[in-house]
Amino acid sequence: MSNVTLKVNGKTHTLDIDPATPLLYILRNDLDLRGPRFGCGLGQCGACTVIINGTATRSCITPVSSVRTEVTTLEGIGKDGGLHPIQQAWIDEQVPQCGFCQNGQIMTAKALLDKNKNPSDTEIRDGMARTLCRCMTYYRVQAAIKRAAKVLA
Amino acid sequence: MSTTRRDFLKTSGMLVVGISSGISSGIGSLAAQTPARAASTGGPYPDPDFHQLDSWIVIREDNTATFYVGKTDCGQGTGTAFRQMMADELDMAYNKTACVMGSTDITVDQGGSGGSDAIQTDGIPMRRVAAEARRVLLDLASKQFGVPADQLTVSEGVITVKSDASKRVTYGQLVGGKRFNVTLTGNNVDATTGVAKVKAVQDLKIVGTSPQRYDIPGKVDGSMKWAVDMKVPGMVHARNVRPPTAGAKLLSIDESSVKGMPGFIKVVSKGNYVAVVCEREEQAINASRQLKVNWEKAATAPFPSSEDLFKYMRNAMPASAGRPAVTGNPDAAFAGAAQVVEAEYDFPYQGHTAIGPAHALADPSNGQMTIYSNDMKSYGMRTGVADFLGMPRDQVRVVWMEGPQGYGRTAADDAGFEAAYLAKEIGRPVRVQWMRQEETAWDTKGPAFAFKLRGALDAQGNLLAFDYDARAADYNHLGYNEPDTVLIAQLMGKRRANPAGGSSATPNEMYAIANRRMSSSVVGLPLVWETPLRTGNLRDPNGPQSTFASESFIDELAAAAKADPVDFRLKLLMASTTDDTGFKRARSIAAVKAAAEAFGWDKRLSPKPRATGNILTGRGIAYTFRSQTVVATIAEVEVNRRTGHVWVKRMVIAHDCGLVINPEGVKRTIEGGTLHSVSRALHEEVKFDTEKVTSVDWLTHPSLTHTDTPAKIDIVLVNGDPNPNRPDLPAYGAGETVCKPTIAAVANAIFDATGVRLRRVPFRDERVLAALKAAGV
Repeated sequence: MSNVTLKVNGKTHTLDIDPATPLLYILRNDLDLRGPRFGCGLGQCGACTVIINGTATRSCITPVSSVRTEVTTLEGIGKDGGLHPIQQAWIDEQVPQCGFCQNGQIMTAKALLDKNKNPSDTEIRDGMARTLCRCMTYYRVQAAIKRAAKVLA
Repeated sequence: MSTTRRDFLKTSGMLVVGISSGISSGIGSLAAQTPARAASTGGPYPDPDFHQLDSWIVIREDNTATFYVGKTDCGQGTGTAFRQMMADELDMAYNKTACVMGSTDITVDQGGSGGSDAIQTDGIPMRRVAAEARRVLLDLASKQFGVPADQLTVSEGVITVKSDASKRVTYGQLVGGKRFNVTLTGNNVDATTGVAKVKAVQDLKIVGTSPQRYDIPGKVDGSMKWAVDMKVPGMVHARNVRPPTAGAKLLSIDESSVKGMPGFIKVVSKGNYVAVVCEREEQAINASRQLKVNWEKAATAPFPSSEDLFKYMRNAMPASAGRPAVTGNPDAAFAGAAQVVEAEYDFPYQGHTAIGPAHALADPSNGQMTIYSNDMKSYGMRTGVADFLGMPRDQVRVVWMEGPQGYGRTAADDAGFEAAYLAKEIGRPVRVQWMRQEETAWDTKGPAFAFKLRGALDAQGNLLAFDYDARAADYNHLGYNEPDTVLIAQLMGKRRANPAGGSSATPNEMYAIANRRMSSSVVGLPLVWETPLRTGNLRDPNGPQSTFASESFIDELAAAAKADPVDFRLKLLMASTTDDTGFKRARSIAAVKAAAEAFGWDKRLSPKPRATGNILTGRGIAYTFRSQTVVATIAEVEVNRRTGHVWVKRMVIAHDCGLVINPEGVKRTIEGGTLHSVSRALHEEVKFDTEKVTSVDWLTHPSLTHTDTPAKIDIVLVNGDPNPNRPDLPAYGAGETVCKPTIAAVANAIFDATGVRLRRVPFRDERVLAALKAAGV
């Protein structure tokens, strides 16, 4: 165990923790965040996605010791307690079925739209390709991304 | 003064101000109410009395209502639908209501979810209960104003005297925070009723509209507390250690291999069940990986490999077989046929593979056992765990919370039983979560099927006879949280004399075929217990399989009869004039026609003339029903003849589930179910060698992705067939029917595009490419 300093959603935390611990468990169990979730622990599904340095990152395979810059989670993308336009688009499209994977869908979409304000259908499909949903809400996720892109334009 | 929901239920006649601890007035906090917050501590936890109106509906002083419904939601928004139906009957605004679902101590046992029956079975009793509450409220107002109830009018929870609008009173003023103290009748929970009648469908205002689901905001901003998020003081973490090969026997555990590890608490084992408990989650994961366990392999191979499965199934002696259902004289019809068509179809085991693995938190505080779980059958788990642990049922409760959907996986909720067992063993709250490889290998499976079909055609292409035989590898079928069938029980050697064998389905269609033989049987594999190939209810447990075979074969018969696939089906549907009470034949015809029209079906033979170029396109139809819900689905595909890759480019679904409560909600349910089946058509198969499952993650048990999502999905809600003599249709289940025809529709579209008939699921690139090459495409 050792002291690890971690900045998440604007707040800095110092934790006495095994530095090899995957970031996911610290976000969930020490910082009580609910957005990122365990889906596979293998970096295959995306349920645990957070944004680090503008990149959608799989927190389940990211040792906390490797995190050098601020971590943004689903809870941290809105402004002034409000929803981010992507989150609002998700509500407008009524995207989720069970909703368990939607953290990964939304955070991956955010990283995508941050880099590409007007993605084509193919760019959306490719950008989201590795973010899985077992309720198969992909059709609505893609519609919500297009809706959010219009709002953000 | 504040009291809990539990106290409210057991207190007679007292005035209570707040219903739930921590819940103040105001619709914001009302909507945020969850079972976990509403649940009391302490115990015991007797069943709410379904004969008390107070068990179902609470009206608050601020003129809001909370409905307590004993169903669980699998992500289709059934809670929103219950609010719509009940608010409508009560004459309240939708947004002045809330719904609490599925927790055993505060909601009546309506069975949780299963069989897509939430609205179909439980909608009407919930409407009756709400109608009775309205009647009682009108009665109270009638007494208050001294006018007959028929001289009163109600709107949005406010009762007004028709002749004097100044005389008005709200529901909240009449009973806010108080008990109704009204006794209901009915021999069972589904029959629950008061005196009042439900409204005619034409008088419903909220039913048929699409308010947004109340659970979605909390699911997109991270605020919802899911079962995976539940924490209690003193909680520790456990991970299971599974046998490395199926049927292996535990010889010894070397506890010293983990004893010095940080946070280590205990290794718990009994029979072949092993788990490691640690203070922190990552510690439990590390310790479970490091624990040295000696296992002895089973003396004989537990199962054939997945490559040999269908040969094995066809040669096996059935464990059970129903008497074939025979109509007419199929043998004579086959003997006199101008043309006989035969085909065999294979459908593999498919996993539930929920996006999040099994999990639960069990708290043994106060001598009780509380399980926080996403179990879709929370009531069954409560009874099962009580039996499993030898505890009185009243001391066990399950607090239902949202979770990842496996569409049937949590009907056999292994993790809930494991958490409860471990919590009792170590005397602390224990959170169990499975790892991905464990979940994909060991979750319950949708059963594999092997089919043989025969059809007889006359010289004019009329279908004379149909012979269907199905074999299901469904001998050890789980589904209802039995204390002697969940995995931990099997591993501990707690077993029933005979497994709860599943079923082998015959297809559901309304075709008029004069001569039929429909037979089905169940076969077992060598290893019956402790097997990762135990089966469970996967989103219509055997409909996708049986419909894949039957509707593919109908397409083969259409081709042999040189008939358009839609025409061939319509001819079979219209060959009879009889119908059932649900107008299922008429509705089947309407659905097939509606799908064809929405797609823009061009009448011709399949396959279409071979195109040049790498991409071949085609379309296929399939139709079926489930209970009273009728669906016709058309798939349009692109097949890449160089790679074998199939892209389902467009889906058209004509869907008739009777009365629709929330059209936008139903459409999304149809989309999800359809794509789930597209995934099963193109990707999903559980592979195994002769001793273990080798599909263990998203690479080895792949699933549909964003990349192969259809470009267009068109849904036609074919409701309200214009038969003037038809009474209002009730609401039928909408969660599973679309899962049935999709795979056949895709196979038929591939045939249309390429002329190649795929009779083995899934249609992965390599299998399709091999079939195309073999056919010289």
